[in-house]
Amino acid sequence: MIEIEIDGRQLQVAEGSTIMDAAHRAGIFVPHFCYHEKLSIAANCRMCLVEVEKAPKPLPACATPVMNGMRVFTHSEQAIDAQKGVMEFLLINHPLDCPICDQGGECQLQDLAVGYGASGSRYEESKRVVSNKNLGSLISTDMTRCIHCTRCVRFGREIAGIMELGMIGRGEHSEIITFIGKTVDSELSGNVIDLCPVGALTSKPFRYSARTWELTRRPSVSPHCGLGANLTVQVKQNRVMRALPRENENINECWLSDKDRFSYEGLNSEQRLARPMLRRGSAWEHVEWQVALDFVARELKRIRERHGAASIGALATPHQTLEELFLLGKLAREFASGNVDFRLRQADFRADERLRGAPWLGMNIAELGSLDRALVVGSTLRKDHPLLAHRLRQAVKRGMQLTLVNPVDDDLLMRVAAKAIVAPQAMPRMLAQVLKAAARLKNGELPAGQRAALEAIEVTEPAERVAASLVSGKSAAVFLGNLAQHHPDALELHALAQELAALTGARAGFLGEAANSVGGYIAGAVPFAAEPRGMNARQMLAEPRKAYLLLGVEAELDTHDPAQALAAMRAAELVVALSPFEHKAVEYAHVMLPVAPFTETAGTFVNTEGAAQSFNGVVRPLAEARPAWKVLRVLGNLLGIPGFGYDSAEQVRDEILGGGELAARLDNRLSDTTLGMIGAAAGGLQRIGEVPIYAADALVRRAQSLQRTRDAATAVAWMNRALFDRLGLRDGDQVRVRQGTGEALVPAAVDDRLPADCVRLAAAREETAALGAMFGPVEAERVAARQQVAV
Amino acid sequence: MVLSPEALARIDRATAKYPSDQRQSAVMAALTIAQDEKGWLSTETMDFVAQYLGMPPIAVYEVASFYTMYHLKPVGKHKLTICTNLPCALQGATAAAEHLKQKLGIGFNETTADGLFTLKEGECMGACGDAPVVLLNNKRMCCTMTPDRLDALIKELK
Amino acid sequence: MGLPVPPFAHDVFGPDAIILKGLDGLNWRLKDYEARGGYQALRKVLAEKIPPEAIVNEVKKSALRGRGGAGFPAGLKWSFMPRRFSGQKYLVCNSDEGEPGTFKDRDILRYNPHVVIEGMALAAYTTGASVGYNYIHGEIWDIYERFEEALAEARAAGYIGKNILGSDLSFELHAHHGFGAYICGEETGLLESIEGKRGLPRFRPPFPASYGLYGKPTTVNNTETFAAVPWIVLNGGEAYVNLGRPNNGGTKIFSVSGDVGRPGNYEVPLGTPFAKLLDMAGGMRDGRKLKACIPGGSSMPVLPGGVMMQTDMDYDSIAKAGSMLGSGAVIVMDETRCMVKSLLRLSYFYFEESCGQCTPCREGTGWLYRMVHRIEHGKGRKEDLDVLDNVADNIAGRTICALGDAAALPVKSFVKHFRDEFKYHIEHGKCLVPEYL
Ligand SMILES: Cc1cc2nc3c(=O)[nH]c(=O)nc-3n(C[C@H](O)[C@H](O)[C@H](O)COP(=O)(O)O)c2cc1C
Ligand code: SF4
Ligand code: FES
Repeated sequence: MIEIEIDGRQLQVAEGSTIMDAAHRAGIFVPHFCYHEKLSIAANCRMCLVEVEKAPKPLPACATPVMNGMRVFTHSEQAIDAQKGVMEFLLINHPLDCPICDQGGECQLQDLAVGYGASGSRYEESKRVVSNKNLGSLISTDMTRCIHCTRCVRFGREIAGIMELGMIGRGEHSEIITFIGKTVDSELSGNVIDLCPVGALTSKPFRYSARTWELTRRPSVSPHCGLGANLTVQVKQNRVMRALPRENENINECWLSDKDRFSYEGLNSEQRLARPMLRRGSAWEHVEWQVALDFVARELKRIRERHGAASIGALATPHQTLEELFLLGKLAREFASGNVDFRLRQADFRADERLRGAPWLGMNIAELGSLDRALVVGSTLRKDHPLLAHRLRQAVKRGMQLTLVNPVDDDLLMRVAAKAIVAPQAMPRMLAQVLKAAARLKNGELPAGQRAALEAIEVTEPAERVAASLVSGKSAAVFLGNLAQHHPDALELHALAQELAALTGARAGFLGEAANSVGGYIAGAVPFAAEPRGMNARQMLAEPRKAYLLLGVEAELDTHDPAQALAAMRAAELVVALSPFEHKAVEYAHVMLPVAPFTETAGTFVNTEGAAQSFNGVVRPLAEARPAWKVLRVLGNLLGIPGFGYDSAEQVRDEILGGGELAARLDNRLSDTTLGMIGAAAGGLQRIGEVPIYAADALVRRAQSLQRTRDAATAVAWMNRALFDRLGLRDGDQVRVRQGTGEALVPAAVDDRLPADCVRLAAAREETAALGAMFGPVEAERVAARQQVAV
Repeated sequence: MVLSPEALARIDRATAKYPSDQRQSAVMAALTIAQDEKGWLSTETMDFVAQYLGMPPIAVYEVASFYTMYHLKPVGKHKLTICTNLPCALQGATAAAEHLKQKLGIGFNETTADGLFTLKEGECMGACGDAPVVLLNNKRMCCTMTPDRLDALIKELK
Repeated sequence: MGLPVPPFAHDVFGPDAIILKGLDGLNWRLKDYEARGGYQALRKVLAEKIPPEAIVNEVKKSALRGRGGAGFPAGLKWSFMPRRFSGQKYLVCNSDEGEPGTFKDRDILRYNPHVVIEGMALAAYTTGASVGYNYIHGEIWDIYERFEEALAEARAAGYIGKNILGSDLSFELHAHHGFGAYICGEETGLLESIEGKRGLPRFRPPFPASYGLYGKPTTVNNTETFAAVPWIVLNGGEAYVNLGRPNNGGTKIFSVSGDVGRPGNYEVPLGTPFAKLLDMAGGMRDGRKLKACIPGGSSMPVLPGGVMMQTDMDYDSIAKAGSMLGSGAVIVMDETRCMVKSLLRLSYFYFEESCGQCTPCREGTGWLYRMVHRIEHGKGRKEDLDVLDNVADNIAGRTICALGDAAALPVKSFVKHFRDEFKYHIEHGKCLVPEYL
């Protein structure tokens, strides 16, 4: 510890701190622009100059290390003089037109200028004008306002892991730019908007739609990935205008992924359902809630009487609130013999019998940063979990070794120590190899439950390297990503990961796919949660039910096998779609009930680390839309189910969470990891059907600006060069992909990092909605350019 | 291939000067070599250099736009840069610059209609004792460029 | 006018030269250098296994001050290199020479490249650096190539490379070229440039001795500083001080430019009277009168001719006179020169060369330039001189590197010493002196 004095206050601070750190701790504000807690020190704006005793010149607080006995004056004449001087320089070339600047009212330059600026300007020369840049659909530029703090550049290099913005030229002519004509494509790009202290980089979707002082700020929680990013939602006249990060060091720090930041646009989509609708023959009719719900109750009772309770199925997405999932589960157990599930993209449910608790991250999110080894199995890490990937990236920078067993080899923008890239169906065997190699390195026995399977398996070099990395760590983890969770052999991957973790002293965890991937289990929206045990999502769709209750589900986009799901919907006597949006259900549903998205209802998400985060609605429901928990409550009552008399979402939540520790309900371990033989991979072409970042849920799919980014570009069949050539494809060709009875016609392209005989073709997209399972055999054939015209 | 095998070999030689995990250090050499071959640095060329050295393209562009001797736009076949800084100016550089402008019929940062000459105003070249100095195509320094010596140079280049 | 064309007489650089001694413009090769006694210092150190500390001491004793501009004692700088640090350390020679008026490093490299190589090898031995770079500015391409040639000679002869002259010393030396950026002469901007980035100076601390090239301990010295080392090692620190004055050891190469009869480099003992140096440079051109002189490169304050004629050419004397010795570039201006126009050209230079990263320099250099430009073009205002002075004050001492000061000092000194001339410009919209530049 070091003793220093700032503005007459004695402080003890850690060695290696800067004056800025120390002042911060003492609650003393030192004006600054380039300094940012999470970024490297640039010391270029010079706004933080302070006086230090015995130093001949003022020193930048952000970059000057403290020394024992140092005496610092942040408000002395010398300091103020220096700060005012810098402020004058910053302003001479800055347009002083705050009233028309989009940052007006939330501009750090404006704020500080009030305190440190002179009233009039001595500068009477001409001002600099800088041309604006097209950074894509999310970030708007007004580069004349840039004050060259380089926060945006450092963000790219240091946090996003990709240098998309740079500072070109020099001196007064230097400017922020992307490489000639390129857009900014990072999934974290929107953070530069927050970082930019002035109005140089602003939100394109939000631009000029409101001034900050017209906005009400309300706390909320993001409904997308398993992170549960904390949001401040800004509202004007009952309309969500923008979402900003709400700092939470344990979860999203001060960041937001672009998905969490910009998908609010979907809330104001034209496809919002405004009123309940009933199908009359082939036409749809707006009806009163009473009419719609009476109809639903009557029909459900009729079907139940005619076909039995098991003929009814309830499906929800993992983006629904805990309360909604709970009520759906409760309703299903009382009325639909326990047919309820929220794991719509899961294919393999064999683990259900062996689960001891809700699968979760296995640690706190913040702990990701302190790992020294991490094996990620089956994940498009950056796109599925932008901020978990960021945590891992920071860990890699500190020396963590990241290893992969994956069917895709995308650039993760961090160093990967070792990787085994194999076809999806070869993943279990590859993971088994890693386990076997790790066992050898540990001089240990092969785990009993897998001995037979492992003995038959030969260890290859990539597996050895992955294993070597894992066993050499002190704080290691094995994570199963979305692709592993959606995998047809998810049980094998789960069991092997568990054994591998046990053997190497690592922790095992799941990278939670969605806002309530953990919450769904906690809420009991799974068929095995209680008696009666019903059918899981796959069974309900593979063996079509007579009636479906769909909560937020868009069957062809949210399920593992859209062709199968659509067929089931089309065959049903009754499909009740509870959704904030109009969607393809108009073709097969009988009732559409407008329910509130997360901003219009109270609710809870239990994120991937098991933190239950409750929130209130930030605006009133649109038109006739109602919170789904209320709709389910009424429906429960109409169906005559006891115990549906809830007064508030909190009451529902309390019933779910009780006073009990949530942590006790989290458990990744299978009660039994015994596996049979792990078969060699089948031949033929295999599909890798990942869910693209901006296709993952109904809300983001309607966020127009995100839909214009590169990550939302139309589905393409990616394959390696060998397969591309074998199919006789040429650049620009299309390919017809067949799966079962469905087919899709999409452009073909080469990605030589893909394993042999794999076609990477996104799921959750219109273009591929006619296809079958996300993984499994496919056929592909070239469609020559001439034929395309005919198609 | 954007650059010739010879150019790549020269870039490889430059890269060898630096630690193997610091290929980026050769970016100035690589851009110089590329510019010598292509006459100027197009986006395509810079992209190639970025890829060759494993750098983000924008990082290459940052460098290329920072150092004044790289051309991000095509220049004439002969680029004449005359130093007009104070020491040179005291020794006749201002007059020499005027002479060049007249002779070529162009101003600074302009190129003659035949594409033969581009004229640039330069900063100190560390050759003030030999003023006026003219740098020809970045690589050849011409000293004590009195008007008749300038005439001779232009004649030689035409 | 200008430097003589080789071969030239052996003492064109002055009778007391040591670095430039015996050069005729052609004898730059290894064999010539060896014939002049070259590489004897390196041989001696390796043969006698002189401990590095002893060399540091000798260099400290020599009062050799950095010749790159700041005049920092070289021995002291070397002693900052962490002794026991076992990892990679680097040595960097600064031949970026872009300070208007300076052209000495070019001639050292052109006519005597091996003295720099030997000096660097000795410094490498002393500081424990095993890899070095010589950063040569891009405008002198033929000299960069010549240095590469000299390196090849030295490598072939075993003066650099692995196990130099059969000893334990290994030192690999490379040439790196700049491509048009004055700021890369600033040592940390230079390191960034070697790292393949824009030459943006770094904030210090940490200093290069602990965090330099690629984050490793690094010593940066000017070409001339290294070039002085072999002589010191051979003849002892004391002998070197005795060439000059206490605290101002040795000889210094002055690049004399401007209104003199024979612009060029003159290597003279520190403490030589300016009048004598001027004389060596052929006196004032056309017999005109000395009006002003910048004694240390364009970044240093200008001094009136009268003051200059009373001053000796060493660090302390020039400082006493109100300027700095800097890089040793002596820019001489005669009575016909307009001070506003002269300052305008210099202000443009700093405006043009500011790297742009820190606010006072990026914004302030443009402001200064535009104001001087206005004054020169008859649009000056009464308050301009005070604003100029104040803006310069707001830049100086508040920037990341010393370019800010370099831009401010000329402005302040020109306005201070030639205020009347500036005022005349403002009041009359034209020049006081009869003839323009
Ligand atoms: C703007 C600026 C330009 C500089 N240019 C040079 C230069 O061209 N050559 C040089 O040796 N030092 C230059 N320096 C000084 C270097 O930063 C550094 O002090 C010097 O190279 C150290 O070597 P020395 O101690 O041997 O003088 C410059 C400094 C500044 C602030
Ligand atoms: S764009 Fe904004 S954040 Fe980036 S450098 Fe400019 S002022 Fe700073
Ligand atoms: S002033 Fe012209 S080369 Fe130096």
